[in-house]
Amino acid sequence: MAIAFQMATAGNITGKVTLVGNPPPEKEITPLKDDAQCGKLHPGPTPKTQFFVVGPNKELSDVVVVLQGDSLKGKSTGATAGPAELDQIGCIYTPQILAVQTGQKIVVKNSDPVMHNVHTTPTAAGNKEENRAQLAGGPDLTFVIPNAEEFLRFKCDVHPWMFAWVTVVDHPYFAVTGTDGSFTIKDVPPGKYKLVAYHRKAALKGIAKDIEVTADGAKMDFAVEVK
Amino acid sequence: MISFATAYKPWLHRFAVLTALATLGLVGMGGLVTSHGVGMAVPDWPTSYGYNMFALPISTWLTGGIFHEHTHRLWASLVGILVVAQTRWLGGKKSQLPLLLIGLAEILLGLVLLRLGDDWKGAGHFLSGIGGVVLLAGLVWTKNHAAPGRLPTLIWIAFGLVQLQGLLGGLRVVLDAGVFAGVRLGTILGIFHGCLGQLFLALMAIIALMTSRWWRDPSARPTSFRARPWFVAATVLIFVQLLIGATMRHQHAGLSIPDFPLAYGKIWPDMSSVAVAEYNLQRLEVTAVNPITAFQIELQLAHRIIALLILGAVGRCVWLARDRAVKRLAQCWLGLILAQVALGAWTIWSNKAADVATGHVLVGALSLVTGGFGCFIYYRRFACDEAPGSMARSPSTPHRSVTT
Repeated sequence: MAIAFQMATAGNITGKVTLVGNPPPEKEITPLKDDAQCGKLHPGPTPKTQFFVVGPNKELSDVVVVLQGDSLKGKSTGATAGPAELDQIGCIYTPQILAVQTGQKIVVKNSDPVMHNVHTTPTAAGNKEENRAQLAGGPDLTFVIPNAEEFLRFKCDVHPWMFAWVTVVDHPYFAVTGTDGSFTIKDVPPGKYKLVAYHRKAALKGIAKDIEVTADGAKMDFAVEVK
Repeated sequence: MISFATAYKPWLHRFAVLTALATLGLVGMGGLVTSHGVGMAVPDWPTSYGYNMFALPISTWLTGGIFHEHTHRLWASLVGILVVAQTRWLGGKKSQLPLLLIGLAEILLGLVLLRLGDDWKGAGHFLSGIGGVVLLAGLVWTKNHAAPGRLPTLIWIAFGLVQLQGLLGGLRVVLDAGVFAGVRLGTILGIFHGCLGQLFLALMAIIALMTSRWWRDPSARPTSFRARPWFVAATVLIFVQLLIGATMRHQHAGLSIPDFPLAYGKIWPDMSSVAVAEYNLQRLEVTAVNPITAFQIELQLAHRIIALLILGAVGRCVWLARDRAVKRLAQCWLGLILAQVALGAWTIWSNKAADVATGHVLVGALSLVTGGFGCFIYYRRFACDEAPGSMARSPSTPHRSVTT
């Protein structure tokens, strides 16, 4: 009943992230094109890095927006949440930016006709480094990260240009901006918090803003600056 | 009477040259592994994806970075076998008993390690495998004499180094995730492995030089020693330079300074935390994703300054060298250093293209080898490869080879 009451009074946080300034041009992933097996999977132009995925009106996607507050700590529902998914398509991780809860399953697929290895390189204490091979057409690999960490790197050592960055949060109140730069964090209990926007390149340590959430929710926009 | 042990042996020399060339190729292959950032493409050792190293399916071997890493391992095994064989050859019959004992000890120790548990399995397989090769070399029953002077000592050092180097390469893989003093063990061991590989190459090349006919020619000995301190200084500087280069490469942070001859558009770049944050924001790397630090910028600046010092010191060697052979060696050395400077610049302009960066590693290795040659030529008395009364001491004694 307490949970039902909390849900009834909870609000959504919505907002948009835009980029200010001009980002450096993305680079062609030439080692991918040069690779005998992976190169065949991209008959067209050479794929490029995806550090800054920016819309026509400077909307910035792949920004991880995380709510922070003492009352949220340890409220992870990751153990019962559905699995998050990472796929390897054309020797590129898809998506490259992901956010999950602590204890939530991360299922890594290999849709390529090529062998990969999935190597996690955490930096937070208690998160264990793993390095597992995944054959072409092999079974999915499942990873579970026990502790919170920003931008935990998943990499493939066989194809050293392949990276995904997974932010692990110890509660369910976070979102990743879409291609229109918008985000929605649902069912946030009313209260005062900090809302932090992380971008892997332009805001690695996060841009923090105070926010008060009511039953009607709250709205907060971010501007990420690149000089 | 001609001493059997001191006679020039062309096949021994050819074998020593082959081993040195194989080691040069191994350094190049190792350079490619680091340049491509695929040191962990095969995450287990001494097995490869659970297979015996020599039985990895070809389809897996030819996949992405596995090709570079696995080829490096196979090539290293070949060099190991060549060095063990050369130890038996240069060490003469006297080397037989030590080789048998070392081989047996390594096999036994390897078997003990295998029983200690999974953490020791890799080292156990490695030791028992290499012990088998050493034991086989000890079983070769030829009654050949040991090589003269310090050559047996040098090859025994090489014998120890090649095994240590193999172990370091393996530990760099299996201990990669460990941390020591805040630095990944994979990085620390990778730097040691890279630098020891260069020293090992220099040693193998010097052994090849000392088995040559030229080394025994009294007319090849220097008479003027004015260039000697410059040879030593430049060689030491080159090794320091290789140490800095290995440290930069094994941090996998890409180019800490992306332009040359300037640095971030200036002669001396701003290295404040604000400036470094800005540099990181602007640099988009394809494979080297670790952010750069002020320390890494300082390292590259030191690399550039030491390059100038080396160029000056080697130029001085050319200027001061009087003897024909040493003069020619110094001129070749200067050519290598100039090529190395050009390759260094090209490495930056190509945004650290793997083949260019590996070329830079190889020419750096050859520069160290050339410096090592010069130092050994000047300090050949220390190398002491002539026994009193041997043929090499007498200019009138003809060169002869004696078959075994």
